[in-house]
Amino acid sequence: MIDARGLSCPEPVIRIKKAMASKEKEYEMMVDNQTALENVTRFAQHNGYEVEYTREGADYRLRLYQS
Amino acid sequence: MENEIKLTKLATCAGCGAKVGAGTLAQILKDLPVLKDERLIVGYDKSDDASVYVINEELAIVQTIDFFPPIVDDPFLFGQIAAANALSDVYAMGGEPRLAMNVMCVTNKMGKDAIYEILRGGYEKAYEAGTIITGGHTIEDPEPKYGLSVTGFVRPDRVLTNSSAREGDVLILTKPLGIGILTTSAKAEMVEAPLMDKIYAQMAQLNRTPRDIMVKYEVHGCTDVTGFALLGHSCEMARGSELTIHIETEKVPYHKEAYELAEMGFIPAGAYRNRDFAERDVLVKGDVTRAMQDILYDPQTSGGLLMAVSEGDAQRLLSELKSSIPCAEVIGYVTKKEDAYLVLE
Repeated sequence: MIDARGLSCPEPVIRIKKAMASKEKEYEMMVDNQTALENVTRFAQHNGYEVEYTREGADYRLRLYQS
Repeated sequence: MENEIKLTKLATCAGCGAKVGAGTLAQILKDLPVLKDERLIVGYDKSDDASVYVINEELAIVQTIDFFPPIVDDPFLFGQIAAANALSDVYAMGGEPRLAMNVMCVTNKMGKDAIYEILRGGYEKAYEAGTIITGGHTIEDPEPKYGLSVTGFVRPDRVLTNSSAREGDVLILTKPLGIGILTTSAKAEMVEAPLMDKIYAQMAQLNRTPRDIMVKYEVHGCTDVTGFALLGHSCEMARGSELTIHIETEKVPYHKEAYELAEMGFIPAGAYRNRDFAERDVLVKGDVTRAMQDILYDPQTSGGLLMAVSEGDAQRLLSELKSSIPCAEVIGYVTKKEDAYLVLE
């Protein structure tokens, strides 16, 4: 799980970009702000991943996966 | 060495992206008492770039302040950009800056050299603008910041506000968009150095030349495009003028590299704040991609002037602008009030 809580953009996108170098089919990530949620979603979709997320209190848990 | 710490690493948000959202600000300001003075011809009520206070028939003073955290690691360049950005508010009112004071926050992590270089950059830009720096105020703060409080002069009958566009006017923008996306991407090391050098040079460019040219034509309204982005500032112009502004998105100048970076999610938080502020007044009519919309909502630091010029003068103004500012473009037009204040075509 990539924990990007407490980080402001572009840091969460940098984290997922680095992680995706391993080309796995699925990643799980936590962010704590709307900007990070939207930017990480954009990055994942741009790289061919689908995105689902759930709210956990003030945080967002994202599942990024290739179908 | 003590000044090896990168300036931008000391800042949580950069440049005009640090600006508090327009919506938040309007909420706070609306409950503050306003002391009326009839000589204050531009003030709080239309959220303009600067205040204008009439001294006599020939002379009004233009008063403004702007400062922000580092947007670039080179302190000299940061000083230049912050000063150019602050001076721009006077140009956007059609005025000429004359006096300025430094506003500065320093941390104990910055070396004396860095502080000196920031100020040297500010002084250089101020002098280039024909403005003298007469002092200032510096305090300690966890995050460095720099800018200027600027006083300028303008003829009271030649003031250009952001709420005086007229039906039939044509809109001209003088600097390409994408600064916020590119500086955010640069933090992620996604942008080549030569492009960033070009971007920094653009930010350090004074808006003096476009101001000096536009005052020769029938320009009705003007603002500079900064933290609230093209759409936020256009929206303020449209609301203030009670008219609708049509943005012809294909004509809007922007840095091409910003488009793909927006698609990849390198979008500053300020762009989302700007969308929240303006979106309810925006009608997307044409096929405007998400990435293009991101560019239109992208906060600019030391952006260009947005001019509303009479249709009859528009082509002559544009061709004179283009002789010194090739990237200036006509980007839209103004109609009577329609359902939405802003229409993206």
